[in-house]
Amino acid sequence: MPKFWDEYHLPATLDDALELLARYDGRARVIGGGTDLLLDLKEEHYSGEQPHYAALIDVTRIAGANEIREDGGWIVIGCAVTHTQVVASPLIQARATALYEASGVVAGAQIRNTGTVVGNVAHALPAADSAVALAVLDAQVKRQKAKGKSGDWVPIASIYLGPGKSAIDSTRELISAIRFRPTDAQEGSAFTRIMRPQGIALPILGMAARVQLTIVNCQLSITNCAISAGPVAPTLFRAMKTEEFLRGKAVDDATLDEATRVLLSEAQPRTSAHRATREYRVELLPTMLREVLTRATQCANEPMHQ
Amino acid sequence: MPLLNMIVNGKNVAVDVEPHEYLAHVLREKLGLTGTKIGCEEAECGACTVLVNGAPVVSCIFPALKAEGARIETIEGLAQSPILALSEAEGSNLQSPTSNLHPLQKAFIEHGAVQCGFCTPGLIMAAKGLLDQNPNPTDDEIKTALKDNYCRCTGYVSVISAIKSVVASRQSPVASGESPNHPITQSLLAVVGKPYPRNDAVAKVTGAAKYTDDYKFAGMLHGATLRAKFPHAKILRLDATKAKALTGVRVVLTHEDVPGSKNHGLIFNDWPVLCYDKVRYQGDAVAIVAADAREIAERALELIEVEYEPLPVVDNPLDALKPDAIVVNDFLGHGNLLKHIKVDKGDIEQGFAQADVIVEREYHTPTYEHAFLEPECAIGRVTDDGRIEVYVGSQIPYEDRRQIAAALAIPESQVRVIGTLIGGGFGGKEDIMGQIHVALLARATKRPVKMLYSRRESMIAHPKRHATTIRLKTGAKRDGTLVAVRAEIFGDSGAYASLGDKVMTRAATHAAGPYAVPHVKIDCYAMYTNNPPAGAFRGFGVTQSAFAVESNMDILARELGMDPIELRRKSALRVGATTSTGQVVRDSAGLLECIRLVEAEVLKNTAEEQGSRGAGEKIPPAPALTCSPAIRAWGFAAAYKNTGLGGGAPDKSTAEVEVYDDGTAEIRSAAAEIGQGLPNVLAQITAEELGIPFERVRVLLSDTDLTPDGGPTTASRQTAVTGNAAKFAARGMREILARAASERLDAPPERIVFRDGVVGVILSEAKNLVSVNETLRSAQGDKWVTFADVVRWARAEGRATKYRFEYTAPETKPLGEAGDMHFAFSYAAQAALVEVNTETGEVRVLKVVAATDVGRAINPLALKGQVEGGIVMCLGNALTEEYVVEQGRVWTDRLARYKMPSIKHVPEIVSFVVEEESSVGPYGAKGVGEISSIPTTPAIINAIYNAVGVRVYALPVDQDKLLRAMKSGARQVR
Repeated sequence: MPKFWDEYHLPATLDDALELLARYDGRARVIGGGTDLLLDLKEEHYSGEQPHYAALIDVTRIAGANEIREDGGWIVIGCAVTHTQVVASPLIQARATALYEASGVVAGAQIRNTGTVVGNVAHALPAADSAVALAVLDAQVKRQKAKGKSGDWVPIASIYLGPGKSAIDSTRELISAIRFRPTDAQEGSAFTRIMRPQGIALPILGMAARVQLTIVNCQLSITNCAISAGPVAPTLFRAMKTEEFLRGKAVDDATLDEATRVLLSEAQPRTSAHRATREYRVELLPTMLREVLTRATQCANEPMHQ
Repeated sequence: MPLLNMIVNGKNVAVDVEPHEYLAHVLREKLGLTGTKIGCEEAECGACTVLVNGAPVVSCIFPALKAEGARIETIEGLAQSPILALSEAEGSNLQSPTSNLHPLQKAFIEHGAVQCGFCTPGLIMAAKGLLDQNPNPTDDEIKTALKDNYCRCTGYVSVISAIKSVVASRQSPVASGESPNHPITQSLLAVVGKPYPRNDAVAKVTGAAKYTDDYKFAGMLHGATLRAKFPHAKILRLDATKAKALTGVRVVLTHEDVPGSKNHGLIFNDWPVLCYDKVRYQGDAVAIVAADAREIAERALELIEVEYEPLPVVDNPLDALKPDAIVVNDFLGHGNLLKHIKVDKGDIEQGFAQADVIVEREYHTPTYEHAFLEPECAIGRVTDDGRIEVYVGSQIPYEDRRQIAAALAIPESQVRVIGTLIGGGFGGKEDIMGQIHVALLARATKRPVKMLYSRRESMIAHPKRHATTIRLKTGAKRDGTLVAVRAEIFGDSGAYASLGDKVMTRAATHAAGPYAVPHVKIDCYAMYTNNPPAGAFRGFGVTQSAFAVESNMDILARELGMDPIELRRKSALRVGATTSTGQVVRDSAGLLECIRLVEAEVLKNTAEEQGSRGAGEKIPPAPALTCSPAIRAWGFAAAYKNTGLGGGAPDKSTAEVEVYDDGTAEIRSAAAEIGQGLPNVLAQITAEELGIPFERVRVLLSDTDLTPDGGPTTASRQTAVTGNAAKFAARGMREILARAASERLDAPPERIVFRDGVVGVILSEAKNLVSVNETLRSAQGDKWVTFADVVRWARAEGRATKYRFEYTAPETKPLGEAGDMHFAFSYAAQAALVEVNTETGEVRVLKVVAATDVGRAINPLALKGQVEGGIVMCLGNALTEEYVVEQGRVWTDRLARYKMPSIKHVPEIVSFVVEEESSVGPYGAKGVGEISSIPTTPAIINAIYNAVGVRVYALPVDQDKLLRAMKSGARQVR
């Protein structure tokens, strides 16, 4: 295997990382856990490309970046936080359950111990488990371009330009953190996915839901909700029509049935070679929607531990 | 070069590393900690798992500098103090003391969770990482933590029980935890039949065990192989000038540099050592390089200029058979037809005329990859006296020697093949891969040369399991008596013969299943194509035909309105029955007992668990498509598999026993251990015959200078054939010792007994061994001595202390001639409880009940591992595995695209051992390596039908198609 990078830096501060990126002027690349990037480099090599960087800038030693914290009504996940940390966090379990469930099924234990949630987002695969979950949490990512600036919080959807194509230029900028609002009282979220037993690390379909409930005339009713699925589009997909339909509806079988019809009208899954047919994904959508809505509703009804 | 500081296994380490190096390489190459294995370099297999600050990570894609300041734990650090004796005792069977092992290491040994051992360090480290964080994990937590640690041998059952036993013993230190659940077999024998843990297990759980890539030699160069750019093309021009000019490149060799035979091959010499006229598959070797470093050798490959003229690609056996097909390989002079195999018994027309019900179906099986955890590696070296040494983990060391010598045009005596430990084989390490190449490179450079295949290269290059199309017609009378079987089998043997004709012969001869069928006609076509060659893979063709046979049997049962188990019982092979090839079964036919045991267990289960249905019930209900999301059902299948080469091939093995003054013995044979447990089998047999404790027997395998030829590790033959060689060698040795003892003890040799390291004289007319033993122990005074004493007497008297025996298995007949085609068959029946999710099409196997007739269990612990591992591998065959080639281009060129069963797939396994002794094998033993991995697939497929009424005709089960079939009401998946 050829050398894909010449130098490896472990900056201790965000400023140091940004300064290194500036100094290499597009010839270096940000690395988190590396579990996606390093495999991608090998695949690029095997497909005849010659990937090479002057340096990798490892952002996992940046002071404070390995923390999950609450800040001004947000849950903030630093760029060094691994999937394992997310799964172990009682805060995420209780108040971002979809992300907890998604991170829990990412690859195996070893990858979860190394791979970061931010890195997963930077990789920009719309079917990535954590991406699907973060979509319903209306997450934002912090883009850091230049040293000394505080960075901009932008909606997560804005960085997904296409499969594996990110608006973040990882040779010049980085995502320093992700944030989202924790689910509140009477609010819950859930994630599910279906894998192909014959392989391909990406799921056939992943889906997440967040619901907020209220009791109207002794009947549970949805005041707000978010539904995402992947891959049903080249970018992060939010089922806006289905969400709109569900708002104000009672939580019952009739609503669920109708919601699946709305979802099928707006989600346009495609056939992907070696992975799944469009028809199969269409069959799965209603089943999975029922599952995530049911579980998100249960989650909303549970007392909050955090 | 940056300095990397780490705390490795408690010690501060500072080491210069390249910025682009990975932790696995630093540990292995710079710190010499080769216990950390590299299986894929793509974060899939988990063999390289180490702990970084307590957390398991895959070190193969962990940049070394990421570990700056970190606390690293590797397998070598687990035992309380370093086990120095291990490297010295390498190849020795003498158990190192296990007292200082970590509890996980001990438990892995005791529970039989170690087979080939290549995945073992990674599994143990992942388990340690779990237990350090979570001292009391649930089963589910264990499975979640170990999900990314592939083990291809054990089937994980013993891994789970080993970990649970450690958890249990920590909770109640007085109790020693869950004790290994060893099947108990009744035996009067002293050593044979006992579940001794593996004699190489200590080395394997501590990381001391050395596989080929763990060897290093001074001045060693690194090789690389240029693979074909096209699956089928003429080579017009080959120019290595630029590659040779690259700094660090020592030599570049092409076909012109092969002095001897330009081709190699196990049966037919049809496979170019280095391609000369054309390339026939993507993995074909075109040129080889030796350079100072692997990276340089790989860069040199890019500089070799090859001009090709691409040719049309033949990508399936049916197309290959067409009269106008492009010829892939005409080595045999009959185009793409490698072999047309015919089985003819009775009168097929008359047979079907007698049939009341006829079932005719077509089945497809894809190509499968062995995915042994250790990629191929070979090291070539020229010795001071000019001989060639090749270190390699090969299933057939003497065949390697023959082929190396032929290619180099030197006598076989000038080649020494030294077998290293093998990290899994399953039939995939029988053919030449790098063996000849490293010999050529070493001779050209006068330096040792290592050729290590990447996982990608391994997946592209080595022979696979044949993809097949099987048209099967089964006819029965109203009462269920089978009357006729007609089959057409088309096997994709790929670009070269490998063992293709033998594999397809087995597919054909077993295509009527383990049943007596009076009229059989089978035509099987092994075809050359531009796909990777297909050769041996556990099951050897029978895996494919059994899927078709046992599916047809269930379809037939339904059409007859008959219980599918009863249908099988009616025609099951038994003593006196005649196989499809006209062989009369004379002994050791335990199929009916296997069927009985499995049926009884399933009935017990279905009685306990209402709601599941299928095999256990007398008449299976008509399946109905229902709305319940998960439906469970049982499915049943039976199988048989030959032990030994058969078909007229001389089946020989030679073993040599030497005894020593310290009362120990060594048994030697060039027979490969690929994880199956052969060293224990040979040690136990030798100990039994010499009457010494198991621990006093060392085993030396697979060195063509030091060990006689044990023949190939294939056809489930080693326990029977080399087992017999060991038995007769040890018995011969004992007779010599008995003569020595006879004089000193003043008793006729026939009254001298050897038992437990003691030699004595039978004083009473004992009838069996137990009373002999008692007599022995009560013997007085000078009437008993130690085994060591007798060895010393023998030596003092100038008697031989070494005895060699060449064992030849009973003669067999080629297919088509009357008589025995095989000297023994193993039998099995299995039932699988399957759950199908009717909303997603997902299939889960919850339980497998297995009964396996192995003749005699030499080591029940190893046997259990073979059965569990075989079942889980065959579960993968049904549900997860598929090697995809498109127009000769390998799509499945990485492990991420070839999913094997993980620990998450493991069903509950209930395993019964049936011991219908064979008159041939040692103590009645037959093979077990393959039989356990044959019936699982059809049992699962039949269960799926019983659950949801959809018949799967093409493997593996595609949940996408299955769900759409269920939803559309289609009753089949093709």
